[in-house]
Amino acid sequence: MKYFLQLVLAGLTKGSIYALIALGYTMVYGIIKLINFAHGEIYMIGAFTALIVGGALQITTGLSPLTILAISLAAAIFFSSGYGVTMEKIAYKPLRNAPRLTALISAIGMSLILQNYVLLAQTSDFLPFRSMIPNFPFLTPGKSLVTTTQLVILITTVVVMVILTLLIKFTRTGKAMRATSQDKVMAQLVGIDINKVITFTFAVGSATAAIGGVLIANHTGQINFYIGFLAGIKAFVAAVLGGIGSIPGAVLGSLVLGMTESFGAGYISSAYEDVFAFIILILILIFKPSGLLGRNEIEKV
Amino acid sequence: MNKIIQEIKKSVLSALWLMILTFPIMVIKVNSYEGVVLWRWKNLMWIGIGTFFLSWLWRFLLDRKENGPGESKPDADRDGKFSLRKALGERKVKIPTLAVLAILVLAFPFMVKFYQVGIMTSALMFVILGLGLNIVIGYGGLLHLGYAAFYAMGAYTYGLMYLYWGLPFWAALPLGAVSGAVFGIVIGVPVLRLRGDYLAIVTLAFGEISRLLLENMSGFTKGPEGIAQIPRPGFFVKLSLQGATTYLFYICIVLVLFAIFVIRRLEDSRIGRALEAMKEDDIAAQSMGIDLAKTKLITFALGAVWAGMVGVVLAAKTTYINPGSFTLMESVMILVAVVLGGTGSIPGVILGAFLVTLIPEYFRALADYRMLMFGVALVVMSIFRPQGIIPRVRKRYLVGEDKS
Amino acid sequence: MSRTILDINDFSMVFGGLRAVDHVDMHIDEGEIVALIGPNGAGKTTLFNCVTGVYTPSEGNITVAGPNSEIIRTNGKKPNKITELGLARTFQNIRLFSSMTALENVMIGRHPKLKAGIFGAIFRDKKTRDEEERVIVDSLKILKKLNLAKYANEPASSLPYGAQRRLEIARAMATEPKLLLLDEPAAGMNPQETKELDDTIKRIRDEEGLTILLIEHDMSLVMSLSERIYVLDYGKLIAEGSPDVVKADPAVIKAYLGE
Ligand SMILES: Nc1ncnc2c1ncn2[C@@H]1O[C@H](COP(=O)(O)OP(=O)(O)OP(=O)(O)O)[C@@H](O)[C@H]1O
Ligand SMILES: [Mg+2]
Repeated sequence: MKYFLQLVLAGLTKGSIYALIALGYTMVYGIIKLINFAHGEIYMIGAFTALIVGGALQITTGLSPLTILAISLAAAIFFSSGYGVTMEKIAYKPLRNAPRLTALISAIGMSLILQNYVLLAQTSDFLPFRSMIPNFPFLTPGKSLVTTTQLVILITTVVVMVILTLLIKFTRTGKAMRATSQDKVMAQLVGIDINKVITFTFAVGSATAAIGGVLIANHTGQINFYIGFLAGIKAFVAAVLGGIGSIPGAVLGSLVLGMTESFGAGYISSAYEDVFAFIILILILIFKPSGLLGRNEIEKV
Repeated sequence: MNKIIQEIKKSVLSALWLMILTFPIMVIKVNSYEGVVLWRWKNLMWIGIGTFFLSWLWRFLLDRKENGPGESKPDADRDGKFSLRKALGERKVKIPTLAVLAILVLAFPFMVKFYQVGIMTSALMFVILGLGLNIVIGYGGLLHLGYAAFYAMGAYTYGLMYLYWGLPFWAALPLGAVSGAVFGIVIGVPVLRLRGDYLAIVTLAFGEISRLLLENMSGFTKGPEGIAQIPRPGFFVKLSLQGATTYLFYICIVLVLFAIFVIRRLEDSRIGRALEAMKEDDIAAQSMGIDLAKTKLITFALGAVWAGMVGVVLAAKTTYINPGSFTLMESVMILVAVVLGGTGSIPGVILGAFLVTLIPEYFRALADYRMLMFGVALVVMSIFRPQGIIPRVRKRYLVGEDKS
Repeated sequence: MSRTILDINDFSMVFGGLRAVDHVDMHIDEGEIVALIGPNGAGKTTLFNCVTGVYTPSEGNITVAGPNSEIIRTNGKKPNKITELGLARTFQNIRLFSSMTALENVMIGRHPKLKAGIFGAIFRDKKTRDEEERVIVDSLKILKKLNLAKYANEPASSLPYGAQRRLEIARAMATEPKLLLLDEPAAGMNPQETKELDDTIKRIRDEEGLTILLIEHDMSLVMSLSERIYVLDYGKLIAEGSPDVVKADPAVIKAYLGE
């Protein structure tokens, strides 16, 4: 029973991280119909920024761990959003009217660029990431079941989701985003500035990915330039599983994926952990391409 | 004058922005073991200067792309100017050129140092891989990101069949081709309904699954350690290392020629036209009686055949294979060769494959920057020259006035 | 009495919550020219898409007369299978293979009538070579029939609009259909071109013994061409009959003019 609960918690933790990344995929896809292949790299850059900024502060100042965590998280969010927005301007904006495959190839290129940029400017080795999340003593009774970091990940994810939902439901920009994803031409006609919406989407998507990056680095304790690839692919699987373009779908898909991986690894074999995600992707695309919560659209002819 | 000030302003702003953006990663390096922080301020300067000029160039190129180059007429090089393509098309030029080329190629292994032959063989293998992937992407319009899986299939066909049954190279080569094609179809069936970017991601997934299976089924495939001591092909007698390498070089030359021959024939056929139609508009193609499922499977099989063969050659050349040779990066590199050279263009893909393999080989200093350059190449080509360095010239069916 | 070659029974098509076609019955007999008309968004193109296999109908039966007059249900069949049964179509928003020449577009249309496979392509045996020669000759003939011979070597995208519409017809004819479905063939044409199209359609019908179902907004063309008319409005069939009957039908007038 305890093992089972541990697996559930591990699955939820994983799912939360996937959800934070998957949001970016799903929002960008909703707006410009592009699979932003380089999105996983944004998450990686978030983790790296936190490691660098946090590390530098740890060494050069005497700030408390929580302050350092706050500053490095803020830095990760700022820089990741910056990279996301800049990447869109350079690699995707000139291709808005190009065939989608051309844009996808550009995105693959961007992913290579960002990975190797970090590799060259930093290192190809795994770097240790000293957890900045302190242990809360009030957790001691459940400690053998759940770690503080896990708990923080779960709570943060829920908070981010709530904020994001409010943002999209009630703010002007959020409404503009929804309008654009439904009908770009109409949105433009009613005076929505598409460029702004796209920039905003990339910024928000990158910010949540950065939060995911910082959390995962605290959780696993090490990062390298390549962590974005697999996490990115899996988050994409989660987004497709939930129904690409749908924000609640991205969350649901992520949790399902996290659980599947956790139970698959726990009860079947951990060697095949990554295979499960790919198999889910293939099955969902074959049997229900619109995903769990996506709308089933038939291309107009 | 005003315009220049404007441009300077834009470039300065871009430079400042990128200096801010790249600051943590480019400047700070933390060594937490020793508790020291390295501040690399010089990097910041380079980023600033580089961005200033590159962003200027970038805007210039974008502007030119959108508004055209201005003076030069599109037909200019067709009439007056010397056209390399046209000149090569003429018999008087074509035959001597080909003859010289043939002699150079045949004599190559005897003109250069031995290790160069190995490098060139690898480049030729890459040419064949590029030509194969080009069938799928360039003709069929299907972005396949799991191409390395077919390559692996060929390599393991030889590796495993040698390991368990002692199968020789020449028996493995056709079997590798067949298993590549079969695997192409096997992966193709589940993805028949998918299009465009979804297809790309799912084929990527299949590629990764294949590799993970090779890694994890250690009992059968020897897992991550791989299979060693696979024999090189012999030529009636067992060849020396040099002999075998030279021999493989010639085998690759023959395979390249064979691939070009087959692809050109396909292009100019009912099947080739069906592929082309599917790429242009799959719904219209289907309404014209083209069986999309069948055509897609044919495309995958025709593309995978070549990877299967090259896989066998790889196993023979290196005498050792492991799953690490067939990662997504391998698929992406082949994609780079195709996109860089010219999607759908045979000479383009050949050039692309040579560039991708030989530049890092001969400019060792650049080797570390290889992947970064490929990334830049993909982005730049997508934006400024999606048709590639040597764009495709489509075979046209034309009718003369007299016939009508 | 000629035989029915297309029979649509109690057929509906639903998109999400929208009933684009609502319990429609229709039939087309051999040799007829039938028009399908109705205001924008009535569901005409949707009906075409279901008949030609581009969409799978939500409800009802669509049947086609097979080569031996057997009745074949086509619901859920792939478009290429339906083309093989002798139905061919054009598209309202032109879907030519735009980088191919006019001739090549028609050659694609010949696809189902040709045999060569991969091995034929690679070995290029006598049979394949003959077939390849024939397909060019045949395609050129079809282009001539639609007055497109002079555009044979031009890329489809560079053709004038009216010629593109005719090329769509030529490409469909290349599949040698029994029933030709034309989706707004005169859209965007000037009166002169429309008049020529009128003649061309009648001529090919007579020469090829075709049956034609056409969607069209140009009423003069509809009245001139069709022997029978179906009228759709909001997915429902509201009238059917000869041009004169339909013209006088109050429901039709109301649908077109509003209240
Ligand atoms: N793939 C689709 N998904 C969702 N709705 C669709 C789809 N195709 C058509 N519709 C809807 O079905 C209705 C009928 O459309 P259809 O194109 O059949 O009309 P039509 O009669 O051909 O009109 P027009 O004369 O303008 O061509 C419209 O409301 C349209 O928006
Ligand atoms: Mg219509």
